[in-house]
Amino acid sequence: MRRLIYLLPAAAFTALAIYFFVSLSRDPSVLPSAMIDQPAPSFTLAGVGDQPGLARNEFAGQVVLINFFASWCVPCRVEHPLLMNVSRELGVPLYGIDYKDKPEDAGKFLSELGNPYGRIGADRDGRVGIDFGVYGVPETYVIDKAGRIRLRHVGPLTPADVAKELAPLVKALKGS
Amino acid sequence: MKAIVLAAMLGLAAASALAVEPGERLADPALEARARALSAELRCLVCQNQSIDDSSADLAHDLRVLLRQRLTAGDTDAQVLQFMVRRYGDFILLKPPVQPDTYLLWFGPFAVLALGAAGAAIYLRRSRRGPDRAPAPLSAEERRKLDKLLAEDGA
Repeated sequence: MRRLIYLLPAAAFTALAIYFFVSLSRDPSVLPSAMIDQPAPSFTLAGVGDQPGLARNEFAGQVVLINFFASWCVPCRVEHPLLMNVSRELGVPLYGIDYKDKPEDAGKFLSELGNPYGRIGADRDGRVGIDFGVYGVPETYVIDKAGRIRLRHVGPLTPADVAKELAPLVKALKGS
Repeated sequence: MKAIVLAAMLGLAAASALAVEPGERLADPALEARARALSAELRCLVCQNQSIDDSSADLAHDLRVLLRQRLTAGDTDAQVLQFMVRRYGDFILLKPPVQPDTYLLWFGPFAVLALGAAGAAIYLRRSRRGPDRAPAPLSAEERRKLDKLLAEDGA
């Protein structure tokens, strides 16, 4: 029984090695959000071109998806076809925030690919992005009825992300 | 030799000043010095192992400008850091704060060192005590065997 103590260093080493090995497959560019369960920052943004803008208090009391995008962002084009359906699929509004973009470029982007957003706010200097803790586009947020941020997804959404991450959460939030 | 050292130092100074663009600098040198010191402590979240002071990423530029706006508005250094942490989490601080969930990080190495030292001390004390202990006396059987062997040898 006392001999087991000599196995302790080997056991500790094995545990560490397994932990580090598993960590190798984690994507270091995906950071946890400091804003989870915090109230979504308030903002009032002008629209893209002559479209209406978007303000934080317009969606109070609703579960909504907020998607930060930009016409210059390549992964945004990757997730775009999925965004076209996500609002209908989950039964919640999808709002866009056009991050550090020229209005004419954003207009071209949307007329070329289609506009999946109920409303769009133009965040020209990226300040609203900073308030949300955005560090790259695309990022997608789920906001609950009380106006708190409940989920942040970094990078383009995939059908698996929608099915595994968004759908169960949105369903639970809508029910509450 | 002096000239080479001087040139190298100038080169280094120039390299470290590259990321902060002239247009971003504040007119007040004291405030600008505080801004430089603070931005050296903040991580660029796009490039992760650079500070926003070193990075030429777009977001780093935005954060440098924002940081200077906060300082000009009269924020203390701690308030500016708190402003950043509220948005981006502790990860934005290049030096992790000492708090319960980082105790393992800060004190873990010392704990391992203490454990190792304790292990070494125990080992050393035991091995030093070892030779002093008189070996167990031979049993009657062993003594007979030994006598027999010695007798054979002598023959």
